[in-house]
Amino acid sequence: MILHALTFYLFAAIAVAAGFMVISSRNPVHSVLYLILAFFTSAALFVLMAAEFLAMIMLIVYIGAVAVLFLFVVMMLDINFVELRKGFLQYLPIGALIGVILAIELIFIVGTWTFGGDTTLVAATAQPMVIEGGNTEAIGRVLYTDYVYAFQAAGIILLVAMIGAIVLTHRSRPGVKKQNITEQVHRSPTEAVELRDIPPGQGI
Amino acid sequence: MESLASAIVELILAVGAMALLMVGVFSGSSAFKTVSLLSIGVLVIAILGAATLPTSTVVTYGGLFVVDGFAAFNKILILLGSALALVMSIDYLRKENLARFEFAILVLLATLGMTMMVSANNLIALYLGIELQSLALYVLAAINRDSSKATEAGLKYFVLGALSSGMLLYGSSLIYGFSGSLEFSDIMAAAAASDDTSFGLLFGLVFLLAGLAFKISAAPFHMWTPDVYEGAPTPVTAFFAGAPKVAAMALLIRVLFDAIPGLMNDWQQIIIFLAMASMAVGAFFALVQTNIKRLMAFSSISHVGFALIGLSSADQAGVGSVLIYLSIYLVMNIGTFALILSMRRKEGMAEDISDLAGLGRTRPAMALYLAVFLFSLAGIPPLAGFFGKFFVLMQAINAGHITLAIFGVIMSVIGAFYYLRIFKIMYFDAPVAEFDVGPSRALNIVSSATAVLVVAYALWPTLLNNAAMAAAGTLF
Repeated sequence: MILHALTFYLFAAIAVAAGFMVISSRNPVHSVLYLILAFFTSAALFVLMAAEFLAMIMLIVYIGAVAVLFLFVVMMLDINFVELRKGFLQYLPIGALIGVILAIELIFIVGTWTFGGDTTLVAATAQPMVIEGGNTEAIGRVLYTDYVYAFQAAGIILLVAMIGAIVLTHRSRPGVKKQNITEQVHRSPTEAVELRDIPPGQGI
Repeated sequence: MESLASAIVELILAVGAMALLMVGVFSGSSAFKTVSLLSIGVLVIAILGAATLPTSTVVTYGGLFVVDGFAAFNKILILLGSALALVMSIDYLRKENLARFEFAILVLLATLGMTMMVSANNLIALYLGIELQSLALYVLAAINRDSSKATEAGLKYFVLGALSSGMLLYGSSLIYGFSGSLEFSDIMAAAAASDDTSFGLLFGLVFLLAGLAFKISAAPFHMWTPDVYEGAPTPVTAFFAGAPKVAAMALLIRVLFDAIPGLMNDWQQIIIFLAMASMAVGAFFALVQTNIKRLMAFSSISHVGFALIGLSSADQAGVGSVLIYLSIYLVMNIGTFALILSMRRKEGMAEDISDLAGLGRTRPAMALYLAVFLFSLAGIPPLAGFFGKFFVLMQAINAGHITLAIFGVIMSVIGAFYYLRIFKIMYFDAPVAEFDVGPSRALNIVSSATAVLVVAYALWPTLLNNAAMAAAGTLF
């Protein structure tokens, strides 16, 4: 149990520190790398909660796709981050205010939880089921059976998103120089090489 | 097997759309015509499939999906609306250099989303259906990507649509939290279990209804409608004004009567407010419009208001009257848009109401058809639009909502003014430049067929009325 707690506080501390570095580091590429660290430690926290499916999804989707996309955008777009950062400190008071409000709300929630006494509401809500083989298997069991309709519908929604992106952005440009291997192979010496008789002293 | 048979319409649409996507990708430049015609074929097959659906209630896919007479009726209506919108679009898209085969595919996928909405029996299925439909519609609105108006319309629709989805999801999560289930029947049971209505459930309900009101463009959630209708290409507008409205209204009815009939006293006030606000906004703002597509947007808002009147009685006859209203509205609307799509000169489409001046002399047949639709939209007997309004107003009176009924009649009179103004411009103003490009044969067939339906409804009203009442009966 103590090991569990220690691991939790280790990852939680890294996550918070990485989150802080995301907004405070000067180089935007470093920010994205710290964001990846924050995602990774959050995935580790999910593993600690025995939610291994969520942890893996976090790795694949957030780190594998979203963060890499961020990295591309940061590297490819010519944004002047120094300019964006100007007047950063003037938001400090309002940021601090929101932070304080959030902290007070958290204290209220934890306070009623600990000292409220009335636990019937909590008991009435559905309890998590303990399933053999972990939650990946549990999700896999219902995904293609009970929820096959919703799963397929979600697939079609993604198809529409793909078609939409292509319809709205794809342009077929004429005159693009593309390599056509068949055409290259089928060139014969007669059309590839031209022999000219050049009279001396005149040029072509 | 039962689950496959009950989802036959969705399967036909999904498989058809994906197959046609392949056809379109691999058949090169000739793809547009082939895919568009085949898509109409897929929709027709889906209508035949919808005719085989059971009329008794069948719940499948782990409680996510339901088919009954109500779903079958609305599916046929939606498929019909989509098919006619596609028929009208082919010629326009080719002339405006928008001939991309993805158009028909997106219409098919949007229609798939609508049929899923109609059959939703669970908040997840509800949301997935709405998102599938909306996502395809956002793309369709912006499909003319080189026009700044169309892209603005698409973006506006997307941003406000995302906002409404957020409200819908927020409401859904509250309902889930306070009822403990996503399924409509369980929500109904949870609402009935306690004597006094849970405040959280009510709060969720308000957000859910706000999200749905956005989808049917009922005031005060109508802001996007005029801009999107004006900016989107006209056949897309014709499509927007028809099938999606029917689907969203059917979904609203399904939620109200399948999930939360126990909270009737609470949602009735909301529906009555939405109805009155929509009728007023539709009537007053339409008075000052000069663009006919914007005018049709406000007209559709006011029609949604009238359809909502039918729900105020909250019984089978009320739902039946809404279904009758929606069917008639769909037909009138498609006919009117077929004529708007015929407003073409050599230099391009005409969209202003003033372009119609003197149409009675230059193109008497077109003017006559348009006059029929305008009178029907205004609700003048003996055209179909009158009966639609008559039935919903009767429901309000039967349920004792006399103020609502009187308000509806007054708004109908104000609305008649702007429809009749177009009539006056067509027949009594000096002619402007003629529409010198004749409409395509498809447009002629659609406008004359719908005009015949609008006129002939009064002769055999029971055909539609009995079907609508039977469909409404399966909800209770």
